[in-house]
Order: sequence, then structure tokens, then C-alpha cells
Amino acid sequence: MKIYDLTDLAFRNLRESLLRNSLTTLGISVGVASLVAMLSLGIGLQQLAAKRLQKSGLFDTVVVTSRRDLRSFSREQEMSGPAPAESPSLDETERQRIEQVPNVVEAFPDIRFITELRYEGKPHLTMVAGLPSSAKNNDAFDGMQGSFFSSDTTPEVIIQKSFAEELLGRRRKPGSEEVNVAEVAKPLLGKELVMRYAERIASPTSEAKDHAELQNPIESAVAYSVISHEQTLKIVGVSDLDPDSMRGAARARVFLPLKLAQNLHVMQPSDLRDTTRGFKSNPTYATLSVRVKSPRFVPEVEGAIKKMGFNTFSITDATRSLRQFFAVLDLFLGIFGSLALAVASIGIVNTLVMAILERRREIGIMKALGASDIEVKKLFFAEAGAMGVMGGAVGVTLGWLIGRAINLGTNVYLKRQSFPPAEIWFVPWWLVVGAIGFAIVVSLLSGLYPASRAARLDPVQALRYE
Amino acid sequence: MTNVPDASRRNDAVAIQTENVCRHYQMGETLIRAVDGVSLTIKKGQFVALLGTSGSGKSSLLNLVAGLDRPTSGSVVVNGSDLAKFSREELAKYRLRTVGMVFQSFNLIPRMTLVENVELPMRFAEVDRKKREGLALKALERVGLSARLQHRPMELSGGEQQRAALARALINQPQLLLADEPTGNLDSRTGTEIMNFIREFNEALGMTVVMVTHERALAEGYAKRMLFLADGKLVDDQSDFSGAAEVVEEGRA
Repeated sequence: MKIYDLTDLAFRNLRESLLRNSLTTLGISVGVASLVAMLSLGIGLQQLAAKRLQKSGLFDTVVVTSRRDLRSFSREQEMSGPAPAESPSLDETERQRIEQVPNVVEAFPDIRFITELRYEGKPHLTMVAGLPSSAKNNDAFDGMQGSFFSSDTTPEVIIQKSFAEELLGRRRKPGSEEVNVAEVAKPLLGKELVMRYAERIASPTSEAKDHAELQNPIESAVAYSVISHEQTLKIVGVSDLDPDSMRGAARARVFLPLKLAQNLHVMQPSDLRDTTRGFKSNPTYATLSVRVKSPRFVPEVEGAIKKMGFNTFSITDATRSLRQFFAVLDLFLGIFGSLALAVASIGIVNTLVMAILERRREIGIMKALGASDIEVKKLFFAEAGAMGVMGGAVGVTLGWLIGRAINLGTNVYLKRQSFPPAEIWFVPWWLVVGAIGFAIVVSLLSGLYPASRAARLDPVQALRYE
Repeated sequence: MTNVPDASRRNDAVAIQTENVCRHYQMGETLIRAVDGVSLTIKKGQFVALLGTSGSGKSSLLNLVAGLDRPTSGSVVVNGSDLAKFSREELAKYRLRTVGMVFQSFNLIPRMTLVENVELPMRFAEVDRKKREGLALKALERVGLSARLQHRPMELSGGEQQRAALARALINQPQLLLADEPTGNLDSRTGTEIMNFIREFNEALGMTVVMVTHERALAEGYAKRMLFLADGKLVDDQSDFSGAAEVVEEGRA
């Protein structure tokens, strides 16, 4: 029998027992709907988390620290690599070496310090970070008001929106509507801030001893002074960056041009540690941010840097475990969602077995007219498949609606709890296709037994059946 | 698979040949000998009536010839091919291409219109949709049902239903027309009408007809040969009907 005829006969047969077949199809729909709703929520949550990570712009960045810090990013790193005391310092020479690693775009020190900034005479304490000029192209600064630094050394700052609000004396309740960045930027752009910081100046004695370091490290112990300074800075930009995002540098609320931050020689925590190792004119860094050409090169670059004896950390690592978590979550949601479909499949078996009993004589007639066992089997298969297609299509729609409803309900709840709204539900095209496909497969499997039972019917017996 | 039309060309004269064919059923501890060692030969184009009382095995023999059932032993050779050696698939193809069947209870599919019922065997034969609609209309026209094309079987009289069943049986141009009590559910006038159609197909198309009936008068009126069955055995074979009736009656008693 041709496919067209098979489909035509299948749908005709389904129409005959409309109520029963509709109820069976509805059963499949509910199964598919629960599957789609569950998975769309799982996927939605995963996307929500991934979007947050992506917004941070750190997917193509490897964070490098010295093993001498005694704070590795994982137990595995702690166990492997050279002993901390024998590992290299993260200094300018090493920075340049790292920059030579293939697929590395740039390696810049992560300079950050907590300091006091005065605006209109009022002090504000916050984290300040150096920002390389390459950050200008980072999509994290897409919504920025004003402009990026005019050069890498000019005394200018870009401030984060929430800090701008603080400078203006505004306080926002958690969960309340976000303030428009343009609104807070307007009164602040072009204004000046005064930054107080502690400058580290090497004392002349230590420099004199530098040459004797190899002979007697203790004698070459470092001496330096810490002097308080002030620097006037012009506000050139207000960024829309989310301070809660995982972006390392973004945790700071005030950004300086990187070169300027370096030239200020602000006292860093790593300076204190390195005093025991003797002073070097070469500056050392607590952390380096290494930007890689593309996120796919991150593992390769990380490996190369680890071989140089440093600890590394990248967001890809974090997303890997996140992906793993969501894979498990989706699996469980899928299993729970499929349970309803499993129940629905029993409905299909029941409906088709009933149909065989009712249409026993008809099957006999068809066989007498020349229908083969395979054709009878195909006909029942087609009926099961048709129920699967319809149940799948209706189920996806139903699941989509349930997902939307849950999303809506969650957002209402979030709003009541003073949280910002979030899209926790997403239906990708592959879920639509997959769910319908799964419904068809389950339906066909359910049709397997009834179809072969119908095919096995003895035509003489079937024709006698009243 | 055995090629049935080729086989028919090889053996033109004989359409059906059974050799000591048996069909036995086990019912609990009792063995039912529905067909018990029947050997017969039916020539191509013959109109044969199978007569016998109820339970004599005539329908069982017809089912064996129709390929709906398999013999317990012996052989059923149609157009030179032994049906006992056919696989289930081959038997289905044989029923589709070689046999047309008419039943006492018409056996039209109730939810299909007459056209759809007549088209059904052509669906199995994978005849093109446009072509089969024309053929179905023509077949129904031939049995005088062109005004009833879109009617469902329940909306028709018994005679009309049997005419539609005849149109369906002939749609794939079979070589054998097997009729199982075709007038059993019809009044005598309508029965005659149906029998006239069957005779017409036998004479005009040269189709071999095997008809099961228990009405001797009907068989005498239309068939050219009468085979009498009793307890699954062939008890008489008459081609010359004059004076033979008494013999059969005695045999039955």
C-alpha cells in the first residue's frame, strides 16, 4: 500500500472512534507537555545562568596567579606543578613570556585596590581597578555613557552605575526597578574625583643591595616606603555593567586606565609577600588576566601557562561544571516528564487492542481482499504514529503554554519578593522537534504489539467474527 | 515468490486441482475433518457449484482454494502453483491478484462508501489514485450502482450490497471468482439478479467460478458442474444433471 493510502486509511480509522482516539491522543499530549514544560524550564534556567556568565565577558580570559600565593583554584592544581617555594614569581618578564604563548592576545596585570575617593568633599570607599585599552571593545561596556579613556595614562575614570548612584546620594532598594544609566551619568560626566592611595616607593638602600641578592638573600631583604598620595581624576564614562556579575574586573566599581594604575605604584598585597624574597626592580603582579583569541583556545593556553609553573583559572572551567549540573538536571526533568508519556503509551496499547477487537471482521475482509500481514501491521502502526504526531504537536503547544504560565507565575512571585524579573523558560527548536519525534517513537513502540497481533489474525476466524 | 500468471500460461486447461486435500481441526479432544481427502480438477472458465449440507465442508474447501486457509495435508494447485507451498505474503498476493471473493454476508466495510469499498483491493495492489477511481466507477456502473457511489453499505438493500461486493471482487480482474452462498441473504428475485451477473462474468470474461450453495435449483440453473460434499468428502461430481439428483439425495440420507 502506498504511503498516502496508508495515512488516509489510518486517519479515517482514527476518525471513526473519535472520542476514544482523542482521549488517547490527549494522554500523549499531556505526556509530551509535561516533558516539554520540564525541559524548557531546565533549559531556561541553564540559559539564564549562561547568559549571566556570558555577559561577564570572561569566557576568553584566563586568570593567572603565582603558586607562591598558596591559594590554588583547585585541589588538582595544588597537587600538581612545582612546589610553591620553587615556583616563579609573576613578574613583568613572565608576563611578556605569557604574551608570547600562541593564541594569546594580551596579558595584563590585574591591578586592584580598595581606596577612598572624594566627590564634592564627601569620601566614598570602593574597589578601584586598572582597565586595559582593549576593554573598550568588550561588550560589557556596550551600554556605557560618556566615552572610554582618551589614552592609557590620562587621569580619567569610568565609574559603575551603582557607584554613580552612591556619589549622587541615591539609594536603591534591592529588587526595585533599575535606574537608567543615562540619568545618573548626566550630572557626573566631566566632574572630578580625588583618589587617595598608598604609593609604594623602594628605599634607596634596597636598590644598592640588589646586586648582592644571590650571595646572601637575607641581607638583600627589601626596604620600601609607603606614602600616601592624592590623584585627581576626571569622570569620563558611566558603565551599565552589573556589579554582581562574575566578571573579575567588574567587581570594582571604579576603573582607571591600566598604565596609569601601574604608574601610581599602589601598594599591592603581593608586595608584602615578596619582601621575604628580596627586592627586584622588576615589578611583580598578584594576578594576570590573559585574553585568548577565542574561548576554544582557553584550555590550550591554560595548559601552556600551567606548564610555566603558574596557577590558572578560567570561566570555561566553571561553565563545564555548570553544564554538567544542568545535564543531570535536564536528565531528571526529562525522566519525570517522560513518566506521563509512559502512562500515555499504555493508553495507546489499550486503544489499539480495543480497535483490533472491534475491527476483527474488517481485518478479515482486508486479508480476503489481498492485504498482507505487513500491510495490516503497517496500518495499525500508522494509526499509532498518527496519534503520536497529533499528540506530540498538541503536547508541544500545551507544554509551551505551561512553561509560559510557570514563567509568568515565577515572575509574579519574584516581583512580590522584590527580585528583578527573569526568563526561566526557553523552548529551543530541537526540543519541539525532539518532543514530537519522541512522542512518535513512543507511540510506534506502543503500536508494536497491537499491530503484530492484528497482522497474525487468521482471516477465516476473523471473517466469522460478528 | 511463485509467479502466478506465468504458471497459468504453462497449464491452460486446468485452473484448480486438489490432490487428496485435508483440513482437520482439533476441537478439544475431537478431531473435526472439515475437508477429508478431496481430489478434484476444475478447468479454466468452468462454473462449478459446491453443494452439500451445512457442515459438509464446502466453505472450508472454498477457503482452501481462496488461499485464506492452508490444508492439513494434500495439495491445492491453482494455475499450476501449489498454494500449500506459498508463504503468508505470497498467499496474500495470490488473493489479491488471482482471486475475487463474494460472501453471503457481503462483507463490505460499513464506514466506507461504495466507491471506497470497491477501491480497497486496488489500494492493496498500489493502483494509482486517479486511475482506481475511474475503474471503481466503471465497475459499479456495470452492476447498476452508479447512482449509489457515495452511499454507505448500511444505506443499501441486500441486493445492492451484494452487487457492490461483486464489483469489488472483480476490480483487480481475477481469474477465479469464489462465491460463498452469494444469494443466502437475498430474496429469490434479487438472488437471480446476482446469479445473472455471476454468469455474465463467467461467460463474458471467461472467469472460473466456484460457488458454494446449498440450493440445488440455483446450482442447476447456473452452474455447468456440481460437486457434492458430505462430511468433508467429495461424494458426487455431476456435469450431466439429468437424473442425477436422486443419487445425491440418497447419498445425503
